[in-house]
Amino acid sequence: MKGSTFARSQRGAIVLGILCIVGTLVVFQLWLLTATMEAYLGGNDDIVIPAALASVGCFLLNFGILHFYMRRLDR
Amino acid sequence: MRPHDEENVSAAPDGAPPGEQPHWRRQFPIDVAEDEYRSRRDFTKLLGLTSLAFVSGQGFIIAQSITKKSEGPLPEIDVAALDELEVGMAKVFQYPHEGNACVLVRISEDNFVAYGQKCTHLSCPVIPKPRDGKFYCPCHNGSFDLHTGRPLAGPPRRALPKVTLKMANGRIIATGLEHGVV
Repeated sequence: MKGSTFARSQRGAIVLGILCIVGTLVVFQLWLLTATMEAYLGGNDDIVIPAALASVGCFLLNFGILHFYMRRLDR
Repeated sequence: MRPHDEENVSAAPDGAPPGEQPHWRRQFPIDVAEDEYRSRRDFTKLLGLTSLAFVSGQGFIIAQSITKKSEGPLPEIDVAALDELEVGMAKVFQYPHEGNACVLVRISEDNFVAYGQKCTHLSCPVIPKPRDGKFYCPCHNGSFDLHTGRPLAGPPRRALPKVTLKMANGRIIATGLEHGVV
């Protein structure tokens, strides 16, 4: 296995940055889920699909960040 | 080429470089910087899974919405006779299915209203108080307007689901839900 091109402290800082981005997206998803549930229970179905698409978008972004950047850091 | 790492202070017992260590040893490092990196990385991965769980939650809401739409129009159910309730009296009935308690209130000689009985905060049964013009939830002191079902006080933020009614042949018949989920 090859060593990383970053020093350990550098990797720590980078992963902290990634953590902030992913954390922000997850908090947004949490808000989206609660708002959608509230709207659905209130009888508003129109928001359900767009909210789900936004949530999927956030997940894909998270997955992309984790898949491509984290793997590069681990190399 | 990997830069010189001053925090690379510990050496594995076999003396091999970190990249050649077994997987378990790389997951439980001794050096502080490496340990911080690993724990932050694992937490970030956990957040990734949390993100997937939220997507699943959205999928569940979509499934519920589709199921509700595919059920078609709600049934018409005979609730009470017109002269069964005096002004200011109420009757609990099940609509649209058994287990979905709703409450019918006669607010004047000619006017009846019916709403789902579950408080929109935490589903406690609301109590009609026609003299005060409201439904009262004793769990957290919530109250709803008797005429519109809208929340007046306390923690509820959503209106009570309104049951639409029609009068026919001296009977009061529930015909559907105006908004919300009972």
